[in-house]
Amino acid sequence: MSEQDILNPKHMPHDPEKATLEGKNKFMGFWFFLGGETVLFASLFGTYLALNDSTNGGSSSEELFGLELVFIMTMLLLTSSLTSVYAMYHMKNHAFKKMQIWLGITVALGLGFLGCEIYEFYHYIHGEHFTMRSSAFGSAFYTLVGFHGGHVVFGLLWIIALMIRNARRGLNLYNAPKFYLASLYWHFIDVVWVFIFTVVYLMGVL
Amino acid sequence: MSTMVATNKKGLGATLWDYLTTVDHKKIAIMYLIAGGFFFIIGGLEALAIRWQLVQPMNDFVSSGFYNELITMHGTTMIFLAAMPLIFAFMNAVVPLQIGARDVAFPFLNSLGFWLFLFGGIMLNVGWFTGGAADAGWTAYAPLSTTSIGEGVDYYVLGLQISGAGTLIGGINFLVTIVNMRAPGMTYMRMPLFTWTAFVASALILFAFPALTVGLFLMMFDRLFGAGFFDPAMGGNSVIWQHLFWIFGHPEVYILALPGFGIFSEIISTFSKKRLFGYTAMVFATVLIGFLGFMVWAHHMFTVGMGPAANSIFAVATMAIAVPTGIKIFNWLFTLWGGSIQINTPMLWALGFIPTFTLGGMTGVMVAAASADFQYHDTYFVVAHFHYVIVGGVVFALFAGTHYWWPKMFGTVLDDKLGKLTFWLFFIGFHLTFFIQHFLGLMGMPRRYWVYMENQGLDLGNMISTIGAFLMGLGTIVLLINIIKTSVKNEKVSGDPWDARTLEWAIPSPPPFYNFKQLPLVRGLDPLWVEKTEGRKGMTPAEPLTDIHMPNNSFLPFVMSLGLFIAGFGFIYQKHDLSWLIVLFIGMGITLGCMLVRSVKDDLGYHVHKEDLKKEAEE
Repeated sequence: MSEQDILNPKHMPHDPEKATLEGKNKFMGFWFFLGGETVLFASLFGTYLALNDSTNGGSSSEELFGLELVFIMTMLLLTSSLTSVYAMYHMKNHAFKKMQIWLGITVALGLGFLGCEIYEFYHYIHGEHFTMRSSAFGSAFYTLVGFHGGHVVFGLLWIIALMIRNARRGLNLYNAPKFYLASLYWHFIDVVWVFIFTVVYLMGVL
Repeated sequence: MSTMVATNKKGLGATLWDYLTTVDHKKIAIMYLIAGGFFFIIGGLEALAIRWQLVQPMNDFVSSGFYNELITMHGTTMIFLAAMPLIFAFMNAVVPLQIGARDVAFPFLNSLGFWLFLFGGIMLNVGWFTGGAADAGWTAYAPLSTTSIGEGVDYYVLGLQISGAGTLIGGINFLVTIVNMRAPGMTYMRMPLFTWTAFVASALILFAFPALTVGLFLMMFDRLFGAGFFDPAMGGNSVIWQHLFWIFGHPEVYILALPGFGIFSEIISTFSKKRLFGYTAMVFATVLIGFLGFMVWAHHMFTVGMGPAANSIFAVATMAIAVPTGIKIFNWLFTLWGGSIQINTPMLWALGFIPTFTLGGMTGVMVAAASADFQYHDTYFVVAHFHYVIVGGVVFALFAGTHYWWPKMFGTVLDDKLGKLTFWLFFIGFHLTFFIQHFLGLMGMPRRYWVYMENQGLDLGNMISTIGAFLMGLGTIVLLINIIKTSVKNEKVSGDPWDARTLEWAIPSPPPFYNFKQLPLVRGLDPLWVEKTEGRKGMTPAEPLTDIHMPNNSFLPFVMSLGLFIAGFGFIYQKHDLSWLIVLFIGMGITLGCMLVRSVKDDLGYHVHKEDLKKEAEE
């Protein structure tokens, strides 16, 4: 396939993200990468579960966590996963504008989530004096939830960069895999949050 | 853009720039070979210093503190900076050729993986020059590591983090390459065993390295940012480090050993002039070893106090690994059986490997018995065991692979006489060094002690061990002389100097940068041999001569890795002075900036036109 066919395809296939060998490779490589990320988060969860009672006389999870804020955060992030599905649906139908709109909504929801998380951490640190150095529980909490938050930041920057870069030229066989992988990454972040919601917050207060 | 003619004479600067920016798997293989070889020599010198300290009772060649640094850096260097990259050297040089591909799936990431490894390796060794290298053992157990003064362990943490990222990238790359890039007809059950072992080892890398990543992050947070994961005073638990380290660490043994098995399978089959006996069983055993490799990590922790139930489960699982490994040993023996055997340097290493590795496996079953392990734990018996496995299984394989694939990588054959001399010096030296250590261990000599008392029955054994170590050093020097001699002579050989069986031997040595002019049609296991038995000289092409798509070179991987290297210093020294945070931000800025450039700048590669290919064939 020549460069022209990739950048300006005469005919867009139904799965533009897997139409080229590069696309297929990226698709598979990214799934493998997410497999590795799963082990990464599994290790962090294991560490958290081993240390979540080691409060060293400081704040415990029952005292700190309130489910109201976490509920809003969960709703924001779960919805953003849905909107990214809409974006990919429009990508497969080659409706670039609609894809951009839904990606924009995804980013907005992700930013909302991030704002809540920053507020939550700020509140713990300055309101409750609960930091990474307070106890082993504090270290484990900020590391696990912070790693997830770091992934959210990276995912948002990634999607925004792709949206701006391709805003003028539209969809082609070269950038379709990029959009698709970013949305896969976003789903993965969402799945990890489901586990954080359950293991850290629900099990922490119940 | 055609680089066809550019392969002729080039200046030093142009060659250097070419290697700094290359994404060609063959050139990356050569860089891995040189860098891995360099670190192998560094690690070897550290080993010699260790042995010289132990040559006589109460020796004072080095101080106790320096001795700790030596043993730590010897282990870390040999595993992460010598064995792993040398394995990657052969995976890069051979796997794409063996499956009939023009490059790996992600050439850019391939280059990035190499530079991350190299900068990580340099980072690890910077500690030597800034007041002391890491000194908490290569396993860096907390709290020894978290309370170690100075920056040595910080360099260990940051260095391994950076080079580990490179390894993970390499693992993913080979998984995708092997799944997606096989030539027409190259089914999974026709893949050469080296490719199979590279595939399983890559899967192990993918699922093992993230555990190390997390362990290193936790240690970094403890040491540099005041976290308390491993600090009991803050409610932490130091055993978490041991679990995370060995969840990575045990699969790591198989990440190294399996490709070694693959190298020997190729060599034994080639020089016995027989297809590998029990190919299907070999594949099955490889996958099974890979799977079981994840189930046994806690056998390194029998004496921690996990309780009899956990100890028993891990003991039984560990012993189970002896079964697929035994299958392999017998398959190699049956491949030799009735073969038309040719004894040359690679084959000598293979023949030396079988009994050596079997001994290591046997002591492995001994230390796997949890109750008996209380006796062996932290003695020289364990040191002897893992050197039999890692040197006997991996280093022997790397020497064998160097001699076997040298003509494919460089177009000239290493001198066989000198090669055999290397083998005998190293082989005898190895057994002198480590066989006696079994008995030193059984007599109670603990590992990692810098001195021992006189007249406790340890004097003679240690003396013999040290003599053996220097013989190994001599063997390595002979190999270096061999490389220089062969390179100066530079007698060109054909594409198939061994009359071998697999696809890499169907193309010229060294291969053209696009590997295969036309992708080959694979019609069975040992595809080149299949064609030879039917009277053909080479492979039948699976496609007409068409334009070949090639990836562009890029300088970004080097700069990205350099950014993380710079950021590493910021991470370490901000613990003394927060103004070092600037260095951290600059370094991370460079890396993230490069990532952004890579994301937004189109990189579609270029085409080699079929007219040029035709013209080249006529010349």
